[in-house]
Amino acid sequence: MAEALLKTKGLIKRFGGLVATDNLSIEVREGEIHALIGPNGAGKTTLVGQLTGNLRPDSGTIHFAGRDVTRLPIHARVQLGLARSFQITAVLREFSAIENVALAVQAHAGHSFRFLADVRFDKSLREPAWQSLELVGLDARAGVPAATLSHGEQRQLEIAMALAGKPRMLLLDEPMAGMGVEESQDMVQLLRHLKARCGMLLIEHDMDAVFALADRITVLVYGRAIASGTPDEIRASPEVRHAYLGEEAK
Amino acid sequence: MDYLLIQVLNGVQLGLLMFLLAAGLTLTFGIMDLVNLAHGSLYMMGAYIAWTFITWTDSFVAGALLALPATFALGVVLEVAVVRRLYNRDHLDQVLATFGLILFFNELVRVIWGPAGKSIAVPAFLGHTVQILPGVPYPAYRFALIVVGLAVAVILAWLVARTKLGMLIRAGASNRRMIAALGVNIELLFSLVFGLGAVFAGLAGLMAAPISSVKIGMGDDILIVAFVIIVIGGIGSIKGAFVAAMLVGQIDIIGRAFLPNFLKAFMAPASASAAAPAISQVLIYVVMAAVLVWRPTGLFGQRQ
Amino acid sequence: MMAALLGRRGMVAALVLVLLASLPLLTALFDQRYLLSVGTRVVIWAIAATSLNMILGYGGLVSFGHAAFFGIGGYVVGILSANGIQDGWLQWPLALAVAILWAALIGALSLRTRGVYFIMITLAFAQLVYYLASGLEAYGGDDGLNFSRSRLWLIDLRDKNSFYWLCFAFLLGTLWFSSRMEHSRFGYVLRGARSNELRMLALGFPVFRYRLAAFTIAGALGGLSGILLANEGAYVSPAMMSWVKSGDLIVMVVLGGIGALFGPLYGAIAFFALEELLTPLLHLMHQGWGEYWQIVFGPMLVAIALYAKGGIDSLLGPRHG
Repeated sequence: MAEALLKTKGLIKRFGGLVATDNLSIEVREGEIHALIGPNGAGKTTLVGQLTGNLRPDSGTIHFAGRDVTRLPIHARVQLGLARSFQITAVLREFSAIENVALAVQAHAGHSFRFLADVRFDKSLREPAWQSLELVGLDARAGVPAATLSHGEQRQLEIAMALAGKPRMLLLDEPMAGMGVEESQDMVQLLRHLKARCGMLLIEHDMDAVFALADRITVLVYGRAIASGTPDEIRASPEVRHAYLGEEAK
Repeated sequence: MDYLLIQVLNGVQLGLLMFLLAAGLTLTFGIMDLVNLAHGSLYMMGAYIAWTFITWTDSFVAGALLALPATFALGVVLEVAVVRRLYNRDHLDQVLATFGLILFFNELVRVIWGPAGKSIAVPAFLGHTVQILPGVPYPAYRFALIVVGLAVAVILAWLVARTKLGMLIRAGASNRRMIAALGVNIELLFSLVFGLGAVFAGLAGLMAAPISSVKIGMGDDILIVAFVIIVIGGIGSIKGAFVAAMLVGQIDIIGRAFLPNFLKAFMAPASASAAAPAISQVLIYVVMAAVLVWRPTGLFGQRQ
Repeated sequence: MMAALLGRRGMVAALVLVLLASLPLLTALFDQRYLLSVGTRVVIWAIAATSLNMILGYGGLVSFGHAAFFGIGGYVVGILSANGIQDGWLQWPLALAVAILWAALIGALSLRTRGVYFIMITLAFAQLVYYLASGLEAYGGDDGLNFSRSRLWLIDLRDKNSFYWLCFAFLLGTLWFSSRMEHSRFGYVLRGARSNELRMLALGFPVFRYRLAAFTIAGALGGLSGILLANEGAYVSPAMMSWVKSGDLIVMVVLGGIGALFGPLYGAIAFFALEELLTPLLHLMHQGWGEYWQIVFGPMLVAIALYAKGGIDSLLGPRHG
């Protein structure tokens, strides 16, 4: 069994009297698509926040690529290879699609204390950006301001940006949110295609997508992992049926 | 000791005056997310309007009592005409617009009341001294300021804690969207809050007048201290404004009172006297910087 | 910057620059020497406004204390001069060094805050410097300090033409640097952080570092304009760095077109021109009204803030890139 790339141990996060993350220990292996599901209020967003560095856990540890990243600032985790996309699309609206991705490339291309050279003509940034856009299928819309892209296209752009830094793991926060049936199917195709490049931790509500993509699934209820295993194991698990899937006969 | 007590009282009096000014500011900040540089202009207008009424009625109290509703009305008119268009705008727009208002009001005062300052005399019935302790006389007017200031603070605390308006204010300070969702008439609430802030500012201005001066731009420098106070106290927090105002009042007065002697130990007397007020001002900003390093949202502030 | 001078907008900018370059000749020709003094101040303010644009326009950081750098640059020069050190080659680098140190210090503290707190803390730090200067009894306190201009080998700063061209040269340099920064890696990080700071952090940029660098650079250039301003009148006073002056700088940046390369320059020109125009205009309406021009200017600012955020630059045509 491969050593887990992302590992949490005994993670606890409280908000006043509410325990959002309850002694959580999960593992995500390199190169796998690991889905995190659970009913609303299960603590998925809180967990994501702690993994990215937006939230500080009250206790417990997070390890990524063998390093303890529990207290590492956001940008430092990204430099280690943990990239994310946002649940509410957060592309840079005033910039064009290619500029967005070029910035993502720039973040991993050394420091940016360069004042004189024009970034628009910098091949070392533009070419990888193009490749990333091609991968997600947005190359035709490269010059369009991000604000005028459709919702689905912005999601694609998010993924392109996350990929640009050649991450070891992608943290995808509800990538299907707000998408219609066809757009979701396109996104599933894309993610499956990208699996070869890097593993993913996928937080999703869309069960079709989850069961189509995931190698392993972890089910979160009230901040605790009640089951973890392959999609078949999860489908069969009585605890999961009771807590979650029971309401949606699938 | 007596000297120290008097200075501490002066610090309390200054602090209460600053609290009046800061309270309105922190309310508009906390509830309407509005950077209002023109708050100092309301302070100034309160003083000038009071001067007019006092001169007209030949009575400090009557003039003051007339000036308060007038300042409230001015605040509401300003809110309806200009300020309400600034909600939801980014802070730069608000800074720019309210900066323009400052220029406008300063010039307006010059047109109406002339370039020379005005003076308001301490009312005769408060012209004596009171014995706060046996053998320790303290100017009655300043004592009255302290009483009025504390009374307003108590009234404001009661308003915020026990009335429906206060509940809306507290709710709004922590979550603006929520009060809109409660079906409250937001426009009316905002106008009221702004008007309330204006009254407090105007009250501070007219009360300060007999012991300082009434002149063009009198609100501008003091406004910044008011901002420092709400930054230290935490934006949106009235309790924070009170604590910070008391703190700043003490630093300012104690600094002015005791720094010159302290500095004279290693400075020429003339330089020490000139440097002392500057240093006590500087101290206030140093305290603000220290608070922000320790708690970026102020002592009692909330992260929005 | 040459690319910025192409097209219709570029033509306007080029024209303005040519006019400015030939101002000493024009004012001599039309016997309006007074205008050269005004022009010198416009150019100096334009340098300061352009430096503010780097953090305000590109970076979205509303610094309300930029005029403090006027004071720092000016006072270091004035104080050194009053103490017998008149050599510009000694004074100016020292003044710049102080400005840089101060900018780095208050930047490190201020940039930990956001939004309204940031505005207030920059304002407060400027007040701190203002009061420090007021307390300097030995150097004039509130009344300010007259001193002899810096001695610069090769250039006689007392000659109005030479001084003007020196200032203009600095303006060109500042504009050039600003144009390079706008499209550089550094500039993109700043502009990206303005658009969405959290996003930039999530991409892996240590945003704080870049903002601090920008703040320091802007402070250095602000200090430079302070050095020049002090030498213009051979005078420094705390009033140079009152918060009203900081407000004026913001007005210039917004009026001219926030984030636009030549915006601050247009803004500085317009700002000074407005005072010169509004006064006689009001005079025409009613004798004696001219001195109350701010009663019109104030509401104008309100209107601009509400309706005309793009500034003068946006009136000249659509922007590319």
